[in-house]
Amino acid sequence: MEWLYEFPSMNGASLRALKKAIDEGFRSFTRAYGEYFELFFEPLKHFLIYSEDFMTDTPWPIILIIIAAIAWLASRDIRIVIGSIVTLLLIGYFDMWEDTMKTISMIFVCTVLAIVIGIPIGIIMSRSDRVQAVINPILDVMQTMPSFVYLIPVVMLLGIGKVPGLIAVVIYAIPPIIRLTNLGIRLVDKDVLEAADAFGSSNWQRLKNVQMPLALPTIMAGINQTIMMALAMVVVASMIGVQGLGQPVLRAITNQYFTLGVFNGLAIVGIAIIFDRTSQAFGKRLQKHQEVVHG
Amino acid sequence: MADAKTSPGISVRNLYKIFGKNPEQYVDMVKGGMTKAELNEQYGHVLGLKDINIEMPAGGIQVVMGLSGSGKSTLIRHINRLIDPTAGEVVVGGDDVCKMSPGQLREFRRHETAMVFQKFALLPHRTVMDNTVYGLEVQGISRAEQVERAQRWIDRVGLTGFEKSYPNQLSGGMQQRVGLARALTNDAPILLMDEAFSALDPLIRMDMQSVLLDLQKEIRKTVVFITHDLDEALRLGDKIAILRDGKIVQQGTGQEIVLNPADDYISNFVKEVNRGRVILVETIMKPLSGDPEGMGIATGTTLEEAAKTMTDGNVAMAHVIDAAGKPVGSLDIHDVIAAMVTPVAHEKAMAAE
Ligand SMILES: Nc1ncnc2c1ncn2[C@@H]1O[C@H](COP(=O)(O)OP(=O)(O)OP(=O)(O)O)[C@@H](O)[C@H]1O
Ligand SMILES: [Mg+2]
Repeated sequence: MEWLYEFPSMNGASLRALKKAIDEGFRSFTRAYGEYFELFFEPLKHFLIYSEDFMTDTPWPIILIIIAAIAWLASRDIRIVIGSIVTLLLIGYFDMWEDTMKTISMIFVCTVLAIVIGIPIGIIMSRSDRVQAVINPILDVMQTMPSFVYLIPVVMLLGIGKVPGLIAVVIYAIPPIIRLTNLGIRLVDKDVLEAADAFGSSNWQRLKNVQMPLALPTIMAGINQTIMMALAMVVVASMIGVQGLGQPVLRAITNQYFTLGVFNGLAIVGIAIIFDRTSQAFGKRLQKHQEVVHG
Repeated sequence: MADAKTSPGISVRNLYKIFGKNPEQYVDMVKGGMTKAELNEQYGHVLGLKDINIEMPAGGIQVVMGLSGSGKSTLIRHINRLIDPTAGEVVVGGDDVCKMSPGQLREFRRHETAMVFQKFALLPHRTVMDNTVYGLEVQGISRAEQVERAQRWIDRVGLTGFEKSYPNQLSGGMQQRVGLARALTNDAPILLMDEAFSALDPLIRMDMQSVLLDLQKEIRKTVVFITHDLDEALRLGDKIAILRDGKIVQQGTGQEIVLNPADDYISNFVKEVNRGRVILVETIMKPLSGDPEGMGIATGTTLEEAAKTMTDGNVAMAHVIDAAGKPVGSLDIHDVIAAMVTPVAHEKAMAAE
């Protein structure tokens, strides 16, 4: 009756051998191809460094004006603009300007990357139920797998640094963009699509003139979620060498500096609110003409 | 522009459409006489169209009528193949639409057809102007020409000043007119109009009917026009087809249908119609006996017009003259008025044919 109380697991030796074989295999793969991967991600690294240099080297008043201008253009809401300025001034006053700029730069690059990769995948997914059936479970895994787990292979391949951090964040944050692009396109009004067909639109014209514009508010909601998830990863990413607001938080945890942790944590919350309000207001503005059509 | 082309006729032949998972499987049963209700109850498929045969006149207006759910929208969507038939063919100017490749179909839709949709189907993120130019934009025509051609139709449907409005800022009737302007701007030889005037108030509706009839005098397009309104059908239609449960129950000219309704379904349709505007003088004239009396009235005149001319002229008798001016029959004001108010008995109408 012993098997009832003890789960009949694989025996220890073969399990050890299995894990070892996989690890060895991956390690030799890394040794053989790691270099190429680094080469492949080289442009990304330049983009990251360029963007970070821009954010940290530009005089702070100019950055402040740029961010306020973007907030205004996107939201057309003076309250959001004032809120953003005040938050940034407070952050600067408490001496977190530099780290905040690094984090914003990181989030910016991440979001751009997620959009560039995510939207095409979402479009392909919307065109075929089969592709959707394949990609959906992958996205589920990406979202539920604890982020530390996929940090391991990324670090093994690329070592510690900005790029692996960025990749880890993008993997974690990209699913909402893909999902909501797919959903947005699938929800486009069939009647409008039919009209576009009736006038002889090509596939590209259909996508450009009808599907993308009508899906845009939904896609915007995906981008908003992606930004929020990327921000949530800032602390985790700092463990593998991403600079910014995550690093002091990490230091605060290891050394039990309560105030340092709270200040930096609040700075993350502050920029999260700026990004969230601005991108949501932008999404709302996109939706303005798509409210229920009467008649 | 389309004026160089002559508009093609459209023949729909043995067309069947079944909606559901395995439509092909049930075509033979439907051909064997299974009804819409049976197909739905026993096999969960919807019979959209059954054995449709229509010869739509080139350069004329073909009206399609029928109650809600009878398959009108399904039929018109086959002409530009927004719906693929289960069986049968749709031949436009010699080409079978159902056999076109995707590229040919796109060209056909761009240059040969334009459609007005029952539910308007405007692009909500585009202004009235940008909606109206859509067909030309897809064809790759320069923006300046797009705007110029669109503006003409925006003005003609009475939306001047609303060019920069968005569809959700307009009333239903205005949105429908945007759909109308969008189709007319395309200037295609075939115009597909699915209840194109249904959301319009009576005055604008009359005006739009006139627009269509005027257009037909200048450039003879082949128009397929769906309507619920018999008066509209009679005013516009060179030919009328009546659908019921996906089948054609009768087709012919307006007068033929009003005078000889094929069954009770159609009798109900035509009961309320203003007969004076449909029946023509030659239908009720009597053979000439002796010299022609009173004034001459041309063939093709409706009873209403004839009655008005005769009462204005204060005469009780008139004679009908044909296109060459030759008297062909005599007309009594009593008969004219009687035919306008009482349904012509079946046999008598037959005799008049
Ligand atoms: N995609 C579809 N799938 C299943 N059934 C359909 C589909 N499209 C239409 N039908 C069915 O076909 C029949 C005819 O519909 P259709 O829209 O052509 O009617 P209609 O004559 O245009 O009616 P209305 O006057 O209300 O516009 C209806 O019974 C409808 O339920
Ligand atoms: Mg319909």
